[in-house]
Amino acid sequence: MDILVWLIPLALFLGGLGLLGFLWAMRSGQYEDLDGAAARILFDDDDVRKDKR
Amino acid sequence: MSVLGRPAPQAAPQSYAACAHCGAPSSTRFCCTGCEGAHHLVQGLGLDAFYRKREAADGNLKPVDPPNLDFAAHAVAQKDGTHRLELVVSGLTCGACIWLVEQALAAEPDVRRARANLSTRRLVIGWEGPAERANDFSALIARLGFRVAPFSPACLRATEDAEGRELARALGIAAFGAMNVMLVSVPVWVGVELGEQSRHLMHWLAALIGMPTVLIAGMPLYRGAWRGLQAGRLNMDSAVSLGVIATTLMSLSETFRNGEYTWFDGATALLALMLAGRLLDRAARRRARQSVAELLALQEGQVQVLGAPAPIPVERVAVGARILVASGERLRLDARLDDAEALLDTASTTGESLPRRFARGEQLAAGGVNMGAPFTATVTATATDGSLAAMGRFLERAEQARGRFPALADRAARIYIPIAHVVALLTFLGWWLWVGAPWQAALVPAVAALIITCPCGLAIAVPAVQVVTSGALFRRGVLVASSTGIERLASADHVVLDKTGTLTEGRPRLLPGAWNDEDLREAASLARRSRHPLAQALVRACPDAPVAEGVEEFPGQGLRQGKTRLGSARFCGLGEDRTGMGLHLARPGQAPVAFRFADALRPDAAAAIAAFQRAGLSVELLSGDAPEVVARVAAEAGIEAHRGGASPEAKAARIAELAGQGKRVLMVGDGVNDAAALASAHVSAAPAEGMDVAQAASDFVLQGGGLLPLAEAISRARLAQRVAAQNIGFAFLYNIVAVPVAILGFATPLIAALVMASSSLAVIANALRLQKEMR
Repeated sequence: MDILVWLIPLALFLGGLGLLGFLWAMRSGQYEDLDGAAARILFDDDDVRKDKR
Repeated sequence: MSVLGRPAPQAAPQSYAACAHCGAPSSTRFCCTGCEGAHHLVQGLGLDAFYRKREAADGNLKPVDPPNLDFAAHAVAQKDGTHRLELVVSGLTCGACIWLVEQALAAEPDVRRARANLSTRRLVIGWEGPAERANDFSALIARLGFRVAPFSPACLRATEDAEGRELARALGIAAFGAMNVMLVSVPVWVGVELGEQSRHLMHWLAALIGMPTVLIAGMPLYRGAWRGLQAGRLNMDSAVSLGVIATTLMSLSETFRNGEYTWFDGATALLALMLAGRLLDRAARRRARQSVAELLALQEGQVQVLGAPAPIPVERVAVGARILVASGERLRLDARLDDAEALLDTASTTGESLPRRFARGEQLAAGGVNMGAPFTATVTATATDGSLAAMGRFLERAEQARGRFPALADRAARIYIPIAHVVALLTFLGWWLWVGAPWQAALVPAVAALIITCPCGLAIAVPAVQVVTSGALFRRGVLVASSTGIERLASADHVVLDKTGTLTEGRPRLLPGAWNDEDLREAASLARRSRHPLAQALVRACPDAPVAEGVEEFPGQGLRQGKTRLGSARFCGLGEDRTGMGLHLARPGQAPVAFRFADALRPDAAAAIAAFQRAGLSVELLSGDAPEVVARVAAEAGIEAHRGGASPEAKAARIAELAGQGKRVLMVGDGVNDAAALASAHVSAAPAEGMDVAQAASDFVLQGGGLLPLAEAISRARLAQRVAAQNIGFAFLYNIVAVPVAILGFATPLIAALVMASSSLAVIANALRLQKEMR
């Protein structure tokens, strides 16, 4: 049973990381264009100068 | 996706079938100089890979005149000294389009960022330098063949975006909470040798995760419940909210006194399930709304007012202003014609298949396209009072009225929820007063009853069926755009069809007649000079005719080349001709030749009408076109009831009249003129190639264009409706079995969870059975 003292906080921490990741992904707009993302993967942008951020 | 490996259009060396840029049918390499320019522009940028990437083209990339709006005013200065512009881009249909747009902009040296969104058809450009560059960028995109309009929050309700994002965030939080609460709840459930103290610790951990989850993630549901309460009715939201909150409070009190069980896991899992369902429901309907936003954005524009140095935005034009409408321009405001005559294509607003001639002093309705010479007119209504705005308002009202149609699940919930609440209350009173238990202990079976009767199975009973049905219909080319569309389609008993574009293909075709190939060739070469639909039909019939020189167009009458004339009978000096769609070719020294045209019925029209009738629906044809034409088409398609010359208002009135007789009308139409009727009908459908407004007002969009899939969809919808009713029955039945268990106090969370899960599983299994039958 003692192991739970470690395991439960660890599980919560990992789960929390996942939640933070999700919130970050949503805030940065990664769910905005699901159709476009499906097409973009097919671009072979070797000569591309896009997103010169 | 077959993006790659598609041969480039220019691979065909001599016999060109399609324009190398826009893909429209063309006998030459380019269908117009605009496309030629766009093609050279694309090649000059080294982006001709676009043509290999492109998936489909149907002429929608034909360049338009560069937008005459001032985009610089819409550019927003950023903190770091750059500017940012948001555009709505029409014509973005595939990955290749966003690639081309982004690459073309990236080739500009000062552009820092260009990102197109295929879902929302929005483009964000960021650049270093003056705001005036906005005009260059939008002109560049217009030259590539995309129509652009500045994005304004007004055209796309910003709240919709925010709502969707809030739902997604709430779902993420609820899912996280549910999973982690279960982690600590499972030991308690299973009852492994937990000491009093460890159990207490587990309860507190669950409360620590569960409380904030329920508070934060439940907000969208609580708001829905609150709105329902304010309107004085119980809905699914209120039932779920009450269940979740009661469960949470109960669990909290159990945590404090270290009771045997807590129910935080149930509360959070229920929340996550409900939010997931809500999000799926939204996603299905987003696309339909998108098209309205796009249309509204593109209708914004500028008008040339006589005496003003530059065009001014349409909303600032006052009544009484005199405006100039150029050839090919859309009339954006209601106006009275000042010139001797004008030729307007009003197909999108009145449904007339041919452009109509107006005389001086006649009232012109906004929305028509000038097919003839430029004309001047006096504005009679401002943009906000005009007929287009009125139609928009009517649409909105009709949409709201239909929104009040209660979904089957909601109707079931209305009966079910009060019963569940009363049972829970009686359980509490029974244990407290009758059995004599302390009130805290009496609360436990009461809340257990509330959880067990939670409308979980009921909540997914209908959506599960709808998901299966929507999928089956989608594979047959019928897109379901409304959450209650399937239910309403199942109960329809009368069909009203529009003619042009719905029953027919909406493109006149040349009929065989007493002319030879030489006549046709000569007529077609003249016709190449005109945009008139009949002239275009001639060109389609003889695509390799050369372009004639020295042709003069008399708008609404015909074409003249020397002594050769092509046009109406009167124009050719042949007297009146009342037989409908025809063109006459008069040449010196030869007998005149008549070309007749017909708007062909869709190939499956007659079969679809028969299928409607087999399904027990009466069929009626209602069109804005001339009564004789309507009668002929009705006879051809096998429809007895028909009516022509119906204005948009008359169409909506006819729908209302039928509704007054107790009919449940299925309206099918494709134009702006049908939009009001579509929105006010019991259920409605529009072909995918119809106007955006018509699609937005409809519950179904017919992808293949044919009517037969819609007729077949009726029987599928009825089947789905039966299964949904069965599912609701199942959900009720399970609860009838489970509720006594809860009332008698035997409902441990394990039993409650088993009952809930098995009722949900039975409902889903039944929906999947439907999938087999739909095949």
